[in-house]
Amino acid sequence: MKKSKNYIPALTGITALLLFVVLLENISSIIPGLPSVFDPTSPLFTVLKKAAVYSLVAVSMNLLNGFTGLFSLGQAGFMLLGAYTYAILTVPAAQKDQVYYLFGGCAFDFSIVDMFEGIFGSGGAGGAFSMILGVLIALILAGCVAGFFAFLIGFPVLRLKSDYLAIATLGFAEILRAIFQWQKLGPITNGANMIKGFPTFSSFNITDASGNVIVRLSTFVPFLITSLCILLIVLLIHSSYGRAFMAIRDDEVAAEAMGVALFRHKTLSFVISSFFAGVGGALFAMYVANAQAKAFTSTMTYEILLIVVIGGIGSVSGSVLATFLYVACSEWWLRFLDSELYFGNFKVPLLRNGFRMVVFSVVIMIIVLFFSQGIMGNREISFKAFRKGKNKQ
Amino acid sequence: MEYVISVLLSGVSVGGQYALIAIGYTLVYGILRLINFAHGDVFMVAGLMGIYLTASLPISLSLPLVIILTVVLGFTIERVAYKPLREAPRMSVMISAIGVSYLLQNTATYVTGGQPMTYPSIPFLSGTVNLAGTQTKWVVIITPFLVLGLVLALSVLINKTKVGMAMRAVSKDFETSRLMGIRINSVISVTFIIGSALAAVGSILFFTNYPAITPMSGAMPGLKAFVAAVFGGIGSIPGAVIGAFLIGICETIIKGLPSSWDVSVFSDAFTFALLIVILVFKPQGLFGEAATDKV
Repeated sequence: MKKSKNYIPALTGITALLLFVVLLENISSIIPGLPSVFDPTSPLFTVLKKAAVYSLVAVSMNLLNGFTGLFSLGQAGFMLLGAYTYAILTVPAAQKDQVYYLFGGCAFDFSIVDMFEGIFGSGGAGGAFSMILGVLIALILAGCVAGFFAFLIGFPVLRLKSDYLAIATLGFAEILRAIFQWQKLGPITNGANMIKGFPTFSSFNITDASGNVIVRLSTFVPFLITSLCILLIVLLIHSSYGRAFMAIRDDEVAAEAMGVALFRHKTLSFVISSFFAGVGGALFAMYVANAQAKAFTSTMTYEILLIVVIGGIGSVSGSVLATFLYVACSEWWLRFLDSELYFGNFKVPLLRNGFRMVVFSVVIMIIVLFFSQGIMGNREISFKAFRKGKNKQ
Repeated sequence: MEYVISVLLSGVSVGGQYALIAIGYTLVYGILRLINFAHGDVFMVAGLMGIYLTASLPISLSLPLVIILTVVLGFTIERVAYKPLREAPRMSVMISAIGVSYLLQNTATYVTGGQPMTYPSIPFLSGTVNLAGTQTKWVVIITPFLVLGLVLALSVLINKTKVGMAMRAVSKDFETSRLMGIRINSVISVTFIIGSALAAVGSILFFTNYPAITPMSGAMPGLKAFVAAVFGGIGSIPGAVIGAFLIGICETIIKGLPSSWDVSVFSDAFTFALLIVILVFKPQGLFGEAATDKV
């Protein structure tokens, strides 16, 4: 096949990126005396981790909103499902009583990681292997639970048109949030309290016997999982299913007339998007090291939607790019707006807590109003485009 | 018995406050086919303005000023954020509305420092009254009557005046009414002005009954009012009002159920469950007109 060759540079690119991330993470321990940006505690790595997680969710939202034309605002709900599934399944059994102390222990008295440790042993390579395998399976299950719920909710909801779909999915997410905070479900969800104690990104750092970190992999892991998932989404978009999705987006009636099974494809897109949102939610839980229903509000969905809009609705690379910019600005580059600043005796006006978000939302409004195409529109960054660009010169 | 009465009373009052917000949604949706996500936040900003203005001005002056400023805010939002997107796809306008909502919430956080603000007690409205053996605030009694009065006035405006006729025409057919010489932009502005004014009145009533305002306090009442508008049939004012009263009453009943059942977390979720049920079984709502797609 001629087409499959196109993926070779992309795969090389991803591998190079992943290697670069590993190098970046560990460079401060290889070469001492580098600027503090490269310290493992610097905001650089917070940004990279958070952006890696968010970019998966943004791309999953783009699959639905940008490529299938289904305007869904349920992303936070599916993330919540993913986060809780992952957390419940991976908190070590020994810690469950402590985490669920208000409810006298958890109804699920096992953990996938423990299960594998029973097979492969809990120390050394066996322990590492069982943790990786356990986390991986829990992530997939997190996606499956989110996907399953999407399948259920899709039956009634996907028949609705544009803004009604948006409000119904938003409502669904709010319902989920209420259910997960219900004290009666405490033995499973820990009520309104957070679940913690499960493996996070920093659990993947390789340590020596005394617990000192030898090789850092805590940024590499989210990058690896996110790139794999995004790769899968891109492959899906380029398949015949993806073309059917885009046909539905461009003209539902025409697509139906051409023989695209509307409902089936909409459900498929909804389920797949929710699957990855669920995985993203699980990654988010790993990033913040806890799972709590309170965090997955509609504001989170709006944030992700705005990222998708900034990147360009219908562009995967745009979403990824926008996520990194957005997270870097909000977590790092614009932080200075939140603290008071003095030049000698002169106090810079307006700067105080919360100003960053005001500036941020104004910028977003400007993008929404005047650059409705976003950064990328519906184009993609690709090696081909680079080559074409070179040929032109 | 007394408990039941007090629950019902506060349900009717909350419903009335939702009704005032829901009218804003239903009018705007009827004309622009836009879920104005920022409307709930306009409501919240009106509440904050109430706090800041009453702190420095006498009540008799500050309350009208709150309404005027909220109207100005609603008008400005429409002109700045929605009007440039008149020809854009519907989703872009909705995204813009979400952006405005985000902006208003963040600005409110900045101004208040993220602290919950206490709403001032307004004489008379905050005073208590003894009704059928239950203590309740005057605002609870007054709200339903005030709402009915305002709705009557609004239906006179819509059915008897020229502006109202233009509004009805625009909501029926945007393009044709433009061809008929109706100034679309001023009709839309009037819609936003009415919606914001009612939201401001609603905010005065709503927050008098609530301990504090946070930047997020507008989002949930806003969404509920929208559900009420959908329930009653979007575009229909009586529908929105009935839907709002129903949601308000159901919500307070759920909150008032015995605490051993522990279902009060579902008072918000109930509204959305209702929404999904309606959208599935009767998408046009109670009084809405069924829309048909022409190919």
